[in-house]
Amino acid sequence: MFTIVKKESMADDTVILNEIEAPRIAAKARPGQFVILKANETGERIPLTISDLDAARGTITVIYMVVGKSTALFKTLEEGDAYQDVIGPLGKPTDIEKLGKVVCVGGGTGVAVLFPITRGFKEAGNEVVSIIGARNKDLLILEDKMRAASDTLHVCTDDGSYGHKGFVTEVLKEVLDSQKVDLVVAIGPVPMMKFVSKLTYEYNVKTLVSLNPIMIDGTGMCGGCRVSVGGETRFACVDGPEFDGHKVDYDGLMQRLNAYAKEEKAAYDEYCRLRGI
Amino acid sequence: MTGKAAKKEKIPRQPMPEQAADVRRRNFKEVPMGYSPETAITEAKRCLQCKKPACVTGCPVQIDIPGFIQQVAAGDFAAASQTIWGKNTLPAICGRVCPQEIQCEGECILGKKDEPVAIGNLERFVADFSREQDTGELPEKAASTGKKVAVVGSGPSGLTVAGDLLLKGHDVTMLEAFHKPGGVLVYGIPEFRLPKDIVASEVAALERLGLRIECNSVVGRTVSVDELFEEGYDAVYIGVGAGLPKFLNISGENLIGIYSANEYLTRANLMKGYLFPEYDTPLAKGKNVAVLGAGNVAMDSARTAMRLGAEQVRIVYRRSREEMPARAAEIHHAEEEGIEFYLLTNPIRFIGDDEGRVVQMECLQMELGEPDESGRRRPIPIEGSEFLLDCDLAVVAVGASANPLLTQSDPEIQLNRWGYIIADPKTGKTTKKGVWAGGDIVTGQATVILAMGAGRVAADSIHDYLTIGW
Ligand SMILES: Cc1cc2nc3c(=O)[nH]c(=O)nc-3n(C[C@H](O)[C@H](O)[C@H](O)COP(=O)(O)OP(=O)(O)OC[C@H]3O[C@@H](n4cnc5c(N)ncnc54)[C@H](O)[C@@H]3O)c2cc1C
Ligand SMILES: Cc1cc2nc3c(=O)[nH]c(=O)nc-3n(C[C@H](O)[C@H](O)[C@H](O)COP(=O)(O)OP(=O)(O)OC[C@H]3O[C@@H](n4cnc5c(N)ncnc54)[C@H](O)[C@@H]3O)c2cc1C
Ligand code: SF4
Ligand code: FES
Repeated sequence: MFTIVKKESMADDTVILNEIEAPRIAAKARPGQFVILKANETGERIPLTISDLDAARGTITVIYMVVGKSTALFKTLEEGDAYQDVIGPLGKPTDIEKLGKVVCVGGGTGVAVLFPITRGFKEAGNEVVSIIGARNKDLLILEDKMRAASDTLHVCTDDGSYGHKGFVTEVLKEVLDSQKVDLVVAIGPVPMMKFVSKLTYEYNVKTLVSLNPIMIDGTGMCGGCRVSVGGETRFACVDGPEFDGHKVDYDGLMQRLNAYAKEEKAAYDEYCRLRGI
Repeated sequence: MTGKAAKKEKIPRQPMPEQAADVRRRNFKEVPMGYSPETAITEAKRCLQCKKPACVTGCPVQIDIPGFIQQVAAGDFAAASQTIWGKNTLPAICGRVCPQEIQCEGECILGKKDEPVAIGNLERFVADFSREQDTGELPEKAASTGKKVAVVGSGPSGLTVAGDLLLKGHDVTMLEAFHKPGGVLVYGIPEFRLPKDIVASEVAALERLGLRIECNSVVGRTVSVDELFEEGYDAVYIGVGAGLPKFLNISGENLIGIYSANEYLTRANLMKGYLFPEYDTPLAKGKNVAVLGAGNVAMDSARTAMRLGAEQVRIVYRRSREEMPARAAEIHHAEEEGIEFYLLTNPIRFIGDDEGRVVQMECLQMELGEPDESGRRRPIPIEGSEFLLDCDLAVVAVGASANPLLTQSDPEIQLNRWGYIIADPKTGKTTKKGVWAGGDIVTGQATVILAMGAGRVAADSIHDYLTIGW
């Protein structure tokens, strides 16, 4: 049983944090890895990044945005309830080493994925500059934790309700113009990762992105998570989820993410209708 | 008088009652319905009770075939069940999925002039009969040895090792990556060919014998083989199957609507995508479906697509009919259900629309040339024979290879050049002390019964190691 020991609501109740009992996973997981969760017998297998862990308490933390039927179902689970299945840790851990200066760029819920990686680079002795963004102030998550894990933190909002008004790429450009950067880590919506990578390519700065294709098993047995990287087909669940941002076919990834758009929308609408959401 | 005896009317092979093709092609219920006791007895009486039964030599686990058939003929089904169980612990499964025509039935003397005894149907009958009469009685277990064994993977080979070792008195824990045990039996082979209740009841029997199953445990990620030894296990068996899908590596293969058979069948079977939206996992329903390949996996994919409502399902295969690797019964069933066969046809690229969804496939016509290394005649493209097939869903079923997830995490376990684990065929021992392996991860994708046979061999060797030390 994978019991939820803590539940928090964030970003205007659009994002939920769960701390879950999973001692075996907590003992093993490293930054960059993820788990697959299934709420109940009829549930779907949903991948979520391990955003934090407490090996002593035997717990892991996941942070997810409610975007469809399965995440809406997850949201109905309260403290004391349990997920039927949690599998992990999956994926390759981030290659964390001392490089010098690392810039961590996060957008939306991507910040939850970015946080453990940011902390990892900081603990490895790097100077960490972080840039996080959201549509507006209320949707921003993990600002305090990111501030603690970084030497410098920049905040952007699309509407200017907080921090810099505009996109993370604008602040990133300023940083690249003024400082020597050894690595950029960019995690967020696919278009954001695409534009960050385009920019850093011009500056010739190595860039890591974390991809989120649709997955099933997470162990390399189905190929559903395949992405094209440098012209080669790779399985994000075992070869990734992190890849060289300059080589990823983002348009192909975006298309594949829409594979079930119609079915997903119908299922979510029906779910909301039945529950009067 | 001899003259009269020779005229005695011959009993024909008893046909298996089946759901009619035009009904079953749209439902997921099992196709063959099983023999009645009367039919089973009639069929069993066809057996000649040969002194040197050829059928037994064709059976990879050497079931005493004439023995159990004689018991069926006498109406003693309980005894027949015991006879089969002596060699095969998953008879309800094997009776349904073994390629009998190239195993026991392929060797049966009667088959030379007439049709062979329906050994598979009888095996299935006996297993189903004893399951339905289930008294809950379990075979006797030896006294506890106090030794702990970890079995990695819950497919037929893992289940066999576990069953044998439990009976020998060892403490067995099974670690399975998926959220449900059964391996290919639950995620690959569809409900209409192997009802999942049967697999579940076989697994439940092992649990009643004392098996502990830890699902959601990906060995190599959640825990390593060395950590299993640290946790106090005395031996480890690896039966993780051949779970790495092969693709064709042709252009357009990442378009939406193109699946590996593993993904398509896992969505359909394990995640019950055919019951979407009651179950949450979506499964695309194609109108024009193309299945690439012609093995059991391809037949299962094609027949699943048909049941999901496709208008047209085509098997596209680059060789000819004789080379199709699927069981004869499955090819026959697929044809009856209206699946079309495009033989000597080789896909060369997929074509998509502007949303990135597959809409067509370009193919080349082939002809047969000289035999290749496998002894099969090599297909050669006919120049200028390109043509287009409409397809909004394609399933790539051209085989599987070794999944490196576990093996990469333990360099002491040596692999052959294709990535399969090197194991001694007589014992199942790998190059790492205390570690055995068997089934598809050693042989490449083979059959249920071979995976079970490998499990049996390894269980004997593990038992020796745990009791006498080698
Ligand atoms: C390695 C990895 C790590 C992830 N980490 C996080 C995280 O930490 N926080 C977070 O909020 N989200 C994360 N995601 C995305 C998350 O898995 C999806 O948002 C979730 O599956 C949506 O399910 P749904 O049923 O609620 O929505 P749906 O209505 O099914 O779909 C909404 C969107 O989610 C995508 N999606 C649907 N099913 C899956 C699936 N099985 N796997 C992946 N994507 C899917 C679809 O492309 C669609 O655009 C991660 C994805 C991956 C692959
Ligand atoms: C669609 C399909 C149809 C088939 N039809 C037939 C048929 O009609 N007749 C026949 O005889 N054979 C058939 N086969 C082949 C047969 O199913 C296999 O040869 C057999 O299942 C192999 O058994 P196994 O125990 O070696 O592995 P599998 O059945 O593959 O089981 C391996 C198990 O190990 C688990 N696993 C993998 N990696 C890990 C890990 N790292 N940690 C923990 N667990 C792990 C997997 O999730 C899986 O449950 C078919 C195969 C398929 C795919
Ligand atoms: S070979 Fe055929 S006839 Fe002879 S014992 Fe076997 S099943 Fe019976
Ligand atoms: S999720 Fe199946 S191979 Fe990656």
